[in-house]
Amino acid sequence: MTQQRAYLSLLLVILFGLCGQVHSGVRSYQLIPQQVAPDVYVFEGSREHFNFENGGNIVNTGFIVGVDGVIVIDTGPSKLYGEEMRRAIAKITDKPIVKVFITHLHPDHFLGSQGFANAPVVALPETVVGIKQLGEMFNDAMYRLVGSLMKGTEVIVPEVFDYQPTVDIAGRKLDLIKFSGHSGSDLAILDRSSGVLFAADTVFFERTPTTPQANVDQWIRDLKQLEAVPFKVLVPGHGPVVDDQRAIKQTASYLNWLRESLSRAAEQGRSMAEVLVPDESGNPFFSLAVFWEEYQRSVAHLYPKLEQQAISHGGVEQSQP
Amino acid sequence: MQCDTDGFSTPGNGLRLVAILAVIILVCPAWSSAQPSGQSTDPLNSVMWKEMRALLLNNQPVVFDDRVVVHAPASAEDSLNVPVKVDATALGKVKRLIVFADLNPIPRILEMEPNLIRPLISFNFKVQQATPLRAAALGADGVWHVGGVLLDAAGGGCTQPSVGSGSADWSEQLGNVSARVWPNSEGQRVKLRLMHPMDTGLADSIPAFYIERIDLSNTEGQSLAVIHLYEPVAENPTLTLELVQRGEVHLSAMDNNGTHIQARVLTAM
Repeated sequence: MTQQRAYLSLLLVILFGLCGQVHSGVRSYQLIPQQVAPDVYVFEGSREHFNFENGGNIVNTGFIVGVDGVIVIDTGPSKLYGEEMRRAIAKITDKPIVKVFITHLHPDHFLGSQGFANAPVVALPETVVGIKQLGEMFNDAMYRLVGSLMKGTEVIVPEVFDYQPTVDIAGRKLDLIKFSGHSGSDLAILDRSSGVLFAADTVFFERTPTTPQANVDQWIRDLKQLEAVPFKVLVPGHGPVVDDQRAIKQTASYLNWLRESLSRAAEQGRSMAEVLVPDESGNPFFSLAVFWEEYQRSVAHLYPKLEQQAISHGGVEQSQP
Repeated sequence: MQCDTDGFSTPGNGLRLVAILAVIILVCPAWSSAQPSGQSTDPLNSVMWKEMRALLLNNQPVVFDDRVVVHAPASAEDSLNVPVKVDATALGKVKRLIVFADLNPIPRILEMEPNLIRPLISFNFKVQQATPLRAAALGADGVWHVGGVLLDAAGGGCTQPSVGSGSADWSEQLGNVSARVWPNSEGQRVKLRLMHPMDTGLADSIPAFYIERIDLSNTEGQSLAVIHLYEPVAENPTLTLELVQRGEVHLSAMDNNGTHIQARVLTAM
C-alpha cells in the first residue's frame, strides 16, 4: 500500500512537471464580426490589458459594407490580427476594401495595417506624424507585452488624406469628426445612413480609459461635443457597443473623477507613490475593467505636472550661486 | 506544483526511497532551492542579494522585515520616472536608510540620515529593467531591516539622456529650487524640487552629472536630515519628507561638478 502511494506520488509529480511544459498551441484571434446595423460590423476585443493570451486584442475595430466597396475602421494590434480581419470581412462580402481609416496613433489601432496591403490606409496629419515618431517604439513595446502573436508585425505609416467634415465613400455618407483629447489627434466616424458612430478611443465603456498622450480637459470637452452627435449605435474604442449616451457619460465622469482626485491629492501635498492607491472609499470606478492598471498608469502620465503646479505655490528664497 | 513526501517513511525501503527522493529533487528545483540556507533568506529571491548585502550593507546583520514598507507600482509606466515611497516609521528610531534596486546598473539610488525627520521619503527614480526595489533601514539595534517589492519595467531609464538638457534653457534652470510646506500633526510635510538633469553617465557621450548631497537644517542650524542622491534619482529630483518640527528649512545641496545650491524654504505664506 505504502509502495503504491509512493509510486502514485511520483507519477503525479512527473505529470504535474510535464503539464508545466505544455503551451497553448492556438495562435489565432478567432475574430467574429458582430453586426451592429445593416452592413455595419464590429470586432469587439476583450476588456483586458495587453497580455500573451489576448495577443493585444483589447480593441474594437469595424467595417462598413458600402455599395461598391468596404470601409475599414482601425486595423488592430498586429499583422496577424489585420490578416484575420481581412479574411473575416471576405466571408461577409467580396467587395474590395476602398478605404482604411486609422483613428489615432495607438498601437492596438494601427499595427494590423499589413493585412490591408493593397488598400489606401489613411489618417489625420497629426496621427501620421505621431506614428512616424512613436510607431517603432510602440511596436517594440507590443512584442514585449504580447509575445509571439506579434510575429512579423511592422509599422505601416498611414497616408494623410484630404480632410473634409463629410465625405462620400463607397456610396456611404460619413461624418469625420476631429477630436484631440485622448491622443492629440482622434478621429470619430459617423455612418449617416445606419447611424453607427465609431467613436474610437474618445469613448471607453466598462473598461477604464487610458491616458498616455491625453489632455484630460480637452477630452472632457470632446465628450461634451460628442453628446450632440445624432447616433443610433455607438462603438467605443474599447468595451461593448451601446445605443445610448451611457458610454459617453461614463467616460466623462471617470475623467472628471481622475482630474479632480489627482488635483486634490497634489494640492494636499501627497507624493506620487502615495496616490497609487486612490483613497476614495465611494469610488464608483473600481468595477471598471483594468481599473488598477490604468489608474496607476494615469498617475504616471498626469501627476508629475499637477505635483509641480502644487509645489510652485510654496515659498522659497534662493540666492543665485 | 506541490511536492508531497507523504508515504516515504517506511523503514526497509531505503534504496528505493533514496532513488525516489532524488528524482523528486530533480523534478522540483523550485522546492529544493526554497529551503532556508542558514539565516533569513531573501523573500524576493534575487540573484544579486548577496552582492547587494556585501556592497551596500557591508555584510552587517540583516533581517527581512515587513515594517520597512516600499510603495511602488507593480509595473513602471515611465522608466525615467518611477515613483517610490519608503516608510520605516514602524521601526521607531532609524539611523540610516538606503534605497536600492538590485538589477539597476547603478543599484544604489538614495541614502538618508533622518535626524529630525521621520524615516520616510518619497521620490522618483530611473529603472533599467525589472528588478527588486528595496529599502534597508539601520535600526537602533544595529541591524539592517530590509523590505522591498518587485518592480516590472520595460526599462532603459538609466541609459537615456535627461529630457531637460535637450532644451535650450536648461542651464538657466539648473539648481532652481521650488518647495512647499504642509503643516501636519507631527510637524510639517515638505516637498522639494531641484532642477537638475541627473544624468547617469550611462548614455552615450553624456557624462554623469547629478546632485550628490542635500543637507537640510533648521533655523538654529540643527541638521534635520542628510540625503545622498545617486545617479538613478529621476531628473529634477522631487522629494517628499516629513519633519518632526515646524518652521523654516535651510537647504544646501551640491552636485558632482561642484555646483552649490542654497535655498530657504518658507513656511505657510
